[in-house]
Amino acid sequence: MAKIVGVVTTIQGSVAGGAPIFYAKERDELQRIAHLLEKILDCAAHEMNEDLFIIVNRKS
Amino acid sequence: MSLTLGWLTEHKELTGVVMGTAFGVTARLLMLRSDYRQYPAYPHGKVIHIALGIIASALGAVAVPALYDKDYTALTFLTLAAQQFREVRNMERGTLTAIDELELVPRGAAYIEGISVVFEGRNYLSIFAAFLVSLAVMATSWWGGLIAGACCFAVVFRFMRGTTIAHIAHVEKAEVRLDGPDLYVGDVYIMNVGLDENREIIANEGMGFILTPKNDDAKVTLSNLGQRQAILHDVSTRLGVLRDDGDPALLPIGKLALKSGKLGLLVLPREKDQDKAYKALTGVPLLEAAVRRPTKANRKSTEGSAHG
Repeated sequence: MAKIVGVVTTIQGSVAGGAPIFYAKERDELQRIAHLLEKILDCAAHEMNEDLFIIVNRKS
Repeated sequence: MSLTLGWLTEHKELTGVVMGTAFGVTARLLMLRSDYRQYPAYPHGKVIHIALGIIASALGAVAVPALYDKDYTALTFLTLAAQQFREVRNMERGTLTAIDELELVPRGAAYIEGISVVFEGRNYLSIFAAFLVSLAVMATSWWGGLIAGACCFAVVFRFMRGTTIAHIAHVEKAEVRLDGPDLYVGDVYIMNVGLDENREIIANEGMGFILTPKNDDAKVTLSNLGQRQAILHDVSTRLGVLRDDGDPALLPIGKLALKSGKLGLLVLPREKDQDKAYKALTGVPLLEAAVRRPTKANRKSTEGSAHG
């Protein structure tokens, strides 16, 4: 089953829960953080909406 | 010359064994052409299969004179050969599975199984060729062996051809479209791409294809995950693949349109050549594990009586 290994958002307080949450100041930074996380974790970044990305691990 | 041919006719057993072995090995060699599957590509890999081919043909060829001598135990040697060739299948499976972990676009277990079965089967084909040629020589003379050998080659070529995607589906190019993060090929939804960077690469470099199944049986075959992986692997092998480890978003992928049974394919080739991509796609072999004939099975059980 795929697993959410990270959440990136620009809106503070819009998400909570078990996965690490990264806050970005604006959408450009959101893209940059998501990009880094994708490369570092070898996981795909998916867009839930323009201010909320999830990093998903499909390998295990 | 007539003296030589006369000598061949006199020494039937020797002629049978030699001709049988020769035809068997030639058949194995014909079946060992390194094709687009790129395997086996190196001399050592080939040596293994040629050596086994020689053993197989020799066994098949020797069996006939032995049977003529009423030496029936000779047949038990054939079972030994069968045991050996099952080993070949295991060996191929082992090697390919080990390699598969390091492929950017893996072959998948179904394809590997298909390839190993073919390797085993081809050894049996060379046994049969050797056996038949040897039998023909023993029953008639050297010219009978030649005729039997020619027939065997025809059968071998027939076996090699097999069925491909072109037999079961229409392949057409389709537009790769991004609607926000949603990626479509034609009207088939493929996946959600988060990063702008990846969207750009996919929009610029991606090629989309729609495979429309020709009938209901084809729908089942196309929906098989192993078959889909085989398609992706073959296309990626022939056109190259624009991806690296750590780029999970840039993965060639196939998705079904559930309602119509169409298969949408997204590939990211190094060489963006439509004709080559089309050829690669239509030439993908149908996997034994993926081919089903549900319509035939259903007709037998329910409509069979109506047709008599």
